[in-house]
Amino acid sequence: MNTRQQSKLIYSWYGKPMSSDRKLRTSQYKAILITSESSRTETCIQLGDFILVEGVNADQPYVAQLMDLYEDGAQHKRAVVQWFCRLEEIPQNKRKLLKREISAQEVFFDQVLGYDTDIAAETIIKSIMVLPLHLGEELPIITLNKEQTFYVKQSWDGKCFKVLSPDTFSKLKEANKKRGVITNSSKAFIPSDIITPVKKETESVVRSATKPKNIDMEIESKHSASKSSLAKERHSQRVANNDIKTPTARKKLELNSPSRSKGRLLGCEVLSLLDDDCDAVAPLVPSATKRKVKFTSEILGSPPKIPCSNDKSKSTSETAEHCQRFSDTIRLSPYTKVKDFSEKDKNLHGKDDNLSLVEYQKPSSQSPLLTPRSRRTCAQKTSALIAEQISPLKSHGKLAAEEDDLSGSDSSYSSSSEEEEEDDDVPCTPEKKTKSSRIFSTPKSSRKPAVHTPAKTLKKTPLPGTPRTPRNATPEIPRRIQAAQEPASVLEEARLRLHVSAIPESLPCREEEFQDIYNFVESKLIDGTGGCMYISGVPGTGKTATVHEVIRCLQQAAENDELPPFQFVEINGMKLTDPHQAYVQILEFLTGQKVTATHAAVLLAKLFSTPGPKRKTTVLIVDELDLLWTRKQNVMYNLFDWPTQKHSKLIILAIANTMDLPERIMMNRVASRLGLTRMSFQPYTYKQLQQIISSRLKGVKAFEEDAVQLVSRKVAALSGDARRCLDICRRATEICEFARQKRTQEIVRMAHVTEAIDEMFSSPYVNAIRNASLHEQIFLKAILAEFRRAGVEEATVQQVYQHHVALCRMEGLQSPTVSEIMAICSRLGACRLLLVEASNKYLHMRVRLNLSQDDVMYALREE
Amino acid sequence: MSKRKLKESSAESAECISLVQKILRERLCHHCAAGKLFGMEQQYRHLLELLRRTMVHGESNSALIIGPRGAGKTALLNHVLKDLREMKQVTENLLEVHLNGLLQTNDKVALKEITRQLQLENVVGDKIFGSFAENLAFLLEALRRGNRTSSCPILFVLDEFDLFVHHKNQTLLYNLFDISQSAQTPVTVIGLTCRQDILELLEKRVKSRFSHRQIYLMNSFDFKQYIKIFKTQLSLPDDFPDESFAQKWNNNIQHLSEDKTVQDVLQNLFHHTKDLRSLHLLLMLAVSAVTVHHPLLTAADLQEASRQHTTDSKANIVHGLSVLEICLIIAMKHLNDVYDGEPFNFQMVYNEFQKFIQRKAHSMYNFEKPVVMKAFEHLLQLELVKPLERPSVRAQREYLLMKLLLDSSQIMDALQVYPNCPTDVKQWAASSLSWL
Repeated sequence: MNTRQQSKLIYSWYGKPMSSDRKLRTSQYKAILITSESSRTETCIQLGDFILVEGVNADQPYVAQLMDLYEDGAQHKRAVVQWFCRLEEIPQNKRKLLKREISAQEVFFDQVLGYDTDIAAETIIKSIMVLPLHLGEELPIITLNKEQTFYVKQSWDGKCFKVLSPDTFSKLKEANKKRGVITNSSKAFIPSDIITPVKKETESVVRSATKPKNIDMEIESKHSASKSSLAKERHSQRVANNDIKTPTARKKLELNSPSRSKGRLLGCEVLSLLDDDCDAVAPLVPSATKRKVKFTSEILGSPPKIPCSNDKSKSTSETAEHCQRFSDTIRLSPYTKVKDFSEKDKNLHGKDDNLSLVEYQKPSSQSPLLTPRSRRTCAQKTSALIAEQISPLKSHGKLAAEEDDLSGSDSSYSSSSEEEEEDDDVPCTPEKKTKSSRIFSTPKSSRKPAVHTPAKTLKKTPLPGTPRTPRNATPEIPRRIQAAQEPASVLEEARLRLHVSAIPESLPCREEEFQDIYNFVESKLIDGTGGCMYISGVPGTGKTATVHEVIRCLQQAAENDELPPFQFVEINGMKLTDPHQAYVQILEFLTGQKVTATHAAVLLAKLFSTPGPKRKTTVLIVDELDLLWTRKQNVMYNLFDWPTQKHSKLIILAIANTMDLPERIMMNRVASRLGLTRMSFQPYTYKQLQQIISSRLKGVKAFEEDAVQLVSRKVAALSGDARRCLDICRRATEICEFARQKRTQEIVRMAHVTEAIDEMFSSPYVNAIRNASLHEQIFLKAILAEFRRAGVEEATVQQVYQHHVALCRMEGLQSPTVSEIMAICSRLGACRLLLVEASNKYLHMRVRLNLSQDDVMYALREE
Repeated sequence: MSKRKLKESSAESAECISLVQKILRERLCHHCAAGKLFGMEQQYRHLLELLRRTMVHGESNSALIIGPRGAGKTALLNHVLKDLREMKQVTENLLEVHLNGLLQTNDKVALKEITRQLQLENVVGDKIFGSFAENLAFLLEALRRGNRTSSCPILFVLDEFDLFVHHKNQTLLYNLFDISQSAQTPVTVIGLTCRQDILELLEKRVKSRFSHRQIYLMNSFDFKQYIKIFKTQLSLPDDFPDESFAQKWNNNIQHLSEDKTVQDVLQNLFHHTKDLRSLHLLLMLAVSAVTVHHPLLTAADLQEASRQHTTDSKANIVHGLSVLEICLIIAMKHLNDVYDGEPFNFQMVYNEFQKFIQRKAHSMYNFEKPVVMKAFEHLLQLELVKPLERPSVRAQREYLLMKLLLDSSQIMDALQVYPNCPTDVKQWAASSLSWL
């Protein structure tokens, strides 16, 4: 199956059309053939088969059942499917309705309305198994093809989970039966993934097994760059495939070795396990060396160590992890013992390899479903022979098993923590790794914990004191140790409510704007189309708050089923380091992928320009739009171009400060795409500000009526910034608290408010000049005198110095030296009362006042 | 006090003196650490209350402490933090992040420093992994996840706040202030700056998010308080081991503060600058004069210190010049007078000098032109003369335009005290026309 990623795939109909509709010019077929060019394998997928369909996230292809195949009038191959949804596709808050643990292999029969069930046939990746189970039933442990087998127990209709109706249950069961019969009988259509050239691999296995001494060396060289370059190459191929829109199945398979779920495995089981593992995995991996090492290191008698995914498109960091694991296993067993044991065992290996060699050739001629059984029995024979030799090592096995138990208990994060620990031992630099993991778009490990957790049979207990590498670090601030105190007095309560961060139940004075935005988004949602809206207004007029309120209401409505569901993404230009990072953040919100900016742009463009199945409408808020400006304006262009695409279903609410931003900074083609749906938030009037304050203070008697009015009038006259208004009120409560005497309840009065306003709005210059030292004041006077003399508002220090000396003589003061004058000048310059040049010009440094001459005079006169 | 008595006491006071010097040196050099606060009780209460609320109630805030250099901004903050840490409800309940605009010169560095100081999970040892964008996203996500009641409050101290304003887009400031204005992890942002126009430098959306609390430190004390500060800074503490010496010392300080000359010295300094750092510098010089043989500070010590403190640096250099160099400077002074401060070149100076030699000078030897050139270059090196433009290969050195970095009053003062200055040179200096 992995070979598919590299080769072009050809989709063709199997057989003649079953029926055709003349009018619609469609013809229906019963099966489709997928031919891979390079490996020359064919896969036949028939109606009723379960399939994987290419999705937004390449790691999580959609699961579906093929219901219909037809070719439409335009010669496009189409398919109608019944969806199954994975746990990841269900909203986080609904997942808890399940009240049970969900394995990664479990899917839900999808009954959500509104998903497009008509898809392009080219998006089909391959066929899989979906087995219906009854609710209480345990998942059968199937060691083969685990990644291709899914189970369905319940159905999901967007609101709640239901047990499968007997009707659907039997239908599903039937579909499976039918499929089994077909695959068994028709040998021509064995799924391609099972058939791959195996010979080469087995040969290499034999080779390596006969000379186990090399193992350590090979392991050492494992985490070399060669692999990452290999992966990179493949990756680039994949990317290239994306670009030229070939209907490639870009699927990453999480191929887990099947034996994970068995906790304790001791020596004799090793081989059987190993065999299972190999037949599931070996054919898939083209790199023989990797395989080889793994194989032999396990035979060495170390505790069962199973490589997890061999998916080539996985990040290098993960492969590095594998290598580490192998070396770990070896390290765990006492070195000398292993050595002599391996020597003794040489013959045995030979046998074993012969056996497996024979077996490996079998599957090519046999039906894949049957092989594991037979192989397992063979392996058991050999394992009996080995059992004796292994006994001295059993203690290690136990140890390992115990450790496994210990660590196996921690659930989703254990996998990540394990990775982290193991990374520490890897001698390559972690920077490199993080980089590569970024490039290779590893999904967050937390997103698919269940896939990872079974992937270990051995784990080290975390070493105390080892630093953790930050790859999977959770962003978190430590919790406080002492509980936060609740407000005790009326003033404290008022202060809490007046804080800008306190979210009021409703936004007063923005009802109209709210309604306009709400209507806009709602109509687009209902129509299933896209659109842009530009919202402007000076800071502190409630733009972002109103938009958030709209989204909150819409989400509420969507939850109540009054509106179709939608995704909500928010980016803020100020919170991006670079405009192009916008792509990265949007993509991460939508799919959870972490990729570079350029790659993200490609993926997003593809996402929004192609009709995707199961696509919900996306509402995107772009705050501080002006910061997304680049010289070519391609970020803005793309953002506003996507909504105009037919299938994008993207609604953009762009927020910025300036009303004429589109005309001022945008090119014509960008501005035209933004459209004319504009809204501007006017600064609050004093009445509105008053209403805002009083609505927040409802039920708390902390302010005099007049005091509130004074604040709102003052702020409205200056800026109409609600934040400022609230800050002044908050400061006033503090002043009131300072001023009050001994526990007497007091409310904020005019005096307090006036003081707060003075504090915030008074110019600091006058005060600074009045508190300056005498010579500093004289220097300012000298500057004024020089300005008046020269008629120019600029002078050199030398000129001012003359005046300064003269003034000092008049006042009867000792005249300062030039050094002192320079010190005074630089001090005033540091406060920015003066604007001065670089001081290396010394006496010829030019000086200018940073405030008006009148202010200086006013400040100096009143003494 | 008789001489004999003094000698007797000298032996035992040797350690006293070294102890005194130790105490005073600590007090005068490390002004932030232990020094007392003068004249900022109100500001202290405001800041303490502000930070206490952040710690106890989880209230987010932002404030700026503004005041000229040496006004005690950092001292105030350190005091408040020290007192806060001693409070019971606050201990262990506060994360501090200290940034300095001179060290964190861009947002990338600042972000790494914040992450490092918070010890978030992407920090290993002292290294932070990930790109700038990742770090920012990570930090914002971390802060966004917290809430008022359960997260540990964070105090951000931005020293040299005005330098953060020049970072690209003011991203860091926007984000810090935005967090302080939204329901996330409680943070308090304290900026320290000496610029009075700091608010005008903030971008409007950043400014809107700033809560506009400004705490001004202005050195707003008068001379009486200044004298008091002088006394407290020099007095020995009550727990000084040798009580009799301490008493003697303190009495002496009391006398000094009432002495006329001392008051003059202090008044002079006070007129020049009110910041306490220069007072400390003066006292440091004076206290250095205290030895076993000279155990108590005298008014003369202070006067001497003041003299050192106020000397003119450029005039000092002039004292060490040769007569030829002095002559060149005088020639330049005359050129400045004649051409009203226009720049001159070496050739003009040389001509002026030649005129003087030929007409007037009897005591002066007529130097060769290269020798005069050498002297001129020495002045250039001492930065008494500054070229207008960088010397280029093409322009001849003789014709490079120069400016004199001395004021005529400085030259005259320097000549007064210049030893063995020939009288005709002095006369020439007094008047360029005197040789006529």
